[in-house]
Amino acid sequence: MTLITETVPAVRHTDFAASPIAHPAMLWLISAVVVCGAWEIAGHYPISPAFPPFSDTMGALFAMILDGSLPRALLITLKPLSIGLIVSVFLGVGLGVLMGLNRFAEWLGSPLFIIAQSAPLAALIPILTFAYGIGLTSKILTVCIMAMPVIVLNSLTAVRHTPASLVEMGQSFLGSRWQLILKIILPAASPVIFAGLRLGCAAGFIGVILAELLITPTGIGDIITYNQSIAEYENMYAAIFAIIVFSVVFIMLLERLEAVMFRPEKRAIS
Amino acid sequence: MTAAAAAKNQPTPRSMVEVRHISKTYPGGVEALNDISIDFAEGQLTSLLGPSGCGKTTLLKIIAGLIPASSGEVMVDGRVVTGPGPERAFVFQDFALMPWANVMRNVAFGLELKGVARSEREAVAEKYIASVGLKGFEKAYPHELSGGMRQRAGLARALAVNAKVLLMDEPFSAVDEQTRRKFQEDLLELIARERKTFLFVTHSIEEAVYVSDRIIILSHRPSQVSSIVEPAIVRGGGPDRIRRDPAYLDTVESIWQSLKRYLD
Ligand SMILES: Nc1ncnc2c1ncn2[C@@H]1O[C@H](COP(=O)(O)OP(=O)(O)OP(=O)(O)O)[C@@H](O)[C@H]1O
Ligand SMILES: [Mg+2]
Repeated sequence: MTLITETVPAVRHTDFAASPIAHPAMLWLISAVVVCGAWEIAGHYPISPAFPPFSDTMGALFAMILDGSLPRALLITLKPLSIGLIVSVFLGVGLGVLMGLNRFAEWLGSPLFIIAQSAPLAALIPILTFAYGIGLTSKILTVCIMAMPVIVLNSLTAVRHTPASLVEMGQSFLGSRWQLILKIILPAASPVIFAGLRLGCAAGFIGVILAELLITPTGIGDIITYNQSIAEYENMYAAIFAIIVFSVVFIMLLERLEAVMFRPEKRAIS
Repeated sequence: MTAAAAAKNQPTPRSMVEVRHISKTYPGGVEALNDISIDFAEGQLTSLLGPSGCGKTTLLKIIAGLIPASSGEVMVDGRVVTGPGPERAFVFQDFALMPWANVMRNVAFGLELKGVARSEREAVAEKYIASVGLKGFEKAYPHELSGGMRQRAGLARALAVNAKVLLMDEPFSAVDEQTRRKFQEDLLELIARERKTFLFVTHSIEEAVYVSDRIIILSHRPSQVSSIVEPAIVRGGGPDRIRRDPAYLDTVESIWQSLKRYLD
């Protein structure tokens, strides 16, 4: 009896998983349609004159892509963003892993990043401007202070939680310290490190837009402020939409990169 | 013990592993081992049997060189142990397979760490994968294997480095009873085939009697040797013959009697 009652839901589950509705791409599409539909309705209903419907926003988006203003703005925004993210990713993972491997480094570094993670960092932007001017440096630093703490702290935790028996296994087969780090600790830590990278990079996107709104309007930030001031809200929302899409695509690519670099078994699952 | 007396008459093989006055107190103050001295004979399978938490894993890890003893020393093949060595290989209770590596890479990992060239180490790994019955699963990842298959992979990895001493910490405790019996038979075959020294930790009295040349019974923590049993069982008559052998049953019973007093 128990056998039968246990197998029935299992069968149903596989049926559901096999149906096209459960396919990940399909789920994505459905949720996108629901969100955009709600947006369209809310825009027509009008919630506020400053909230254009989805269709108008898309119209403005394509217009700005075609006349080249959006791609140009994106390129400008990309500069502090990419420099900031590259620095945050490499320095952040490096510092986090070091702190995970070395108690002294942790003692030295972790209080700073724990404070940085919980502090409202946007409040630091005026100080950055004061110290480094209104140029590229301040914007890069804004990206870094937004992105780094979570990257560092996740890398630290990830390394600290390497399964002890895997490390003992490596030691028992006479692995050198470097071999243990490269072949065991880093691959074991990579899921949590990459979770930190995803959160950190998303925060970096927020950082660059903040910097472009608060320091000097350039790139996407310029499109947002300018169109807000002249009440061209479709353009403003189109710019925001573009940066969100860009950010989501970037973070999905990051996920793919993890599977390729460190965790081949994840490709086998999906 | 009659079984022990019977074995005394045979010439004793030389000691491969000598544990000399080992004590271990963990940093927290837990005294796991107290002045333990044991010899493990070359080419034999010696089991460590004792109540849970008595320090069996601790002793095995000290012999493996993975954790330091508080005092005393361990000699393996005549040399004092200061850390892990190429003459010892460990089989882990939780398998310790790398989830991101397939069976082939996991089994060849000991050789990979030694710097053996890829084609060479994969040839060796392939042989041992086949010998533990995992042929066809070289490309599978650990999450695609059953518990028993994972332990086979862990065993193949330890065999692939061709160590003289195999340290096995409850290798069969995470598999079901049928698989376990199959493993025990495979293990006996393995012992006959590979002239290696096996140190085997187990919870199961039957298993210890079935596979061991010698059983060391440890007392409560802090552990000391409580008694040593040498099951005088004639192997080769097949598993069913052994399990019905009166000597087998008597040994199981006498060990149970001596372990019972550690239960509270
Ligand atoms: N890293 C550690 N730090 C502190 N105490 C420990 C540590 N590892 C083990 N102990 C303690 O040492 C004692 C012996 O542990 P050990 O794991 O060697 O026992 P065991 O005989 O293998 O037990 P089991 O049969 O349950 O596996 C236990 O009381 C345990 O609490
Ligand atoms: Mg144990």
